[in-house]
Amino acid sequence: MSEPEIAMHGQGGALMEESPYSIPSRKLTMWLFIISDAITFGAILFAYGYLRVATPDWQTPFKSASIINVATMTFVLITSSLTMLGAVDASKAGDKPKALRFLASTMVLGLIFAGLHIREWFGLFDEGIKLSSGLFGQAFFSITGLHFLHVITGVAALAVVARKYSSGSLTPGHVETTGLYWHFVDLVWMFVVPLVYLTNIAR
Amino acid sequence: MTASGKSGNVIAKYLPVYFVLLAIAAGEFFLAYQNFSTAGLVRILLVLGLMYFMHLAHEKRSLFLSLIPATIFVLLMLNMIWSDSIRLLHMRPFAH
Repeated sequence: MSEPEIAMHGQGGALMEESPYSIPSRKLTMWLFIISDAITFGAILFAYGYLRVATPDWQTPFKSASIINVATMTFVLITSSLTMLGAVDASKAGDKPKALRFLASTMVLGLIFAGLHIREWFGLFDEGIKLSSGLFGQAFFSITGLHFLHVITGVAALAVVARKYSSGSLTPGHVETTGLYWHFVDLVWMFVVPLVYLTNIAR
Repeated sequence: MTASGKSGNVIAKYLPVYFVLLAIAAGEFFLAYQNFSTAGLVRILLVLGLMYFMHLAHEKRSLFLSLIPATIFVLLMLNMIWSDSIRLLHMRPFAH
């Protein structure tokens, strides 16, 4: 039975309405979460944009080393999305060892991203930019901190899903749902980079 | 076709999207140093990511129509409300 059929007929589904989008309810729930999280990030980024424009002496602290670091982080995160696609696909094809290898690769790439992020933060601390050092610090660490939290949460979720998928208590559908979250975290970074880093290059 | 062979094919299928995303990301960095806006490239990245990496292109169109236009509307409203909040700050409506 396919996943949409399970969603419609499984677990006493005769008493339930048909799934409106022919997808399992957990996937729809993840989509709704992603939309609400996108609006959260949207609000924060809009607020940042207005602060950036309305503040005359806005700091532009990112030198070439920082930008290279951010470019590496972007490369790592986009690559992790590809390995996540591999995990989803291998799990759907029933190739559990390959799916687990791809999940492990995604987690490693997520941790590398987090490590580079922490390195970036410590570089800014050395320059005297902190959460308490004015509007730039508050905006920068709030936005990147929220995204960092999402990455760490994603790595933890991937670890749990990989372990349970390995033991057979979770299905390929769960891997796919976690993958949706991971791709979303990747997409949010694509907005954070130009707004927070590339508009603040030291010239 | 073996299970692993099938999954390998799908990775190959998404490799072009992956390279396009990398190229667009690289383009963003280049444009930023040239003082050009990267807004258009970010939008392309968003659409590619949503449609292909998140598989929205392969879901029922009703899912797309239910989620995306409403989200865009909310984000546009947020944009308008934020600008209004800045205007109110300058007017200081309760200061007198």
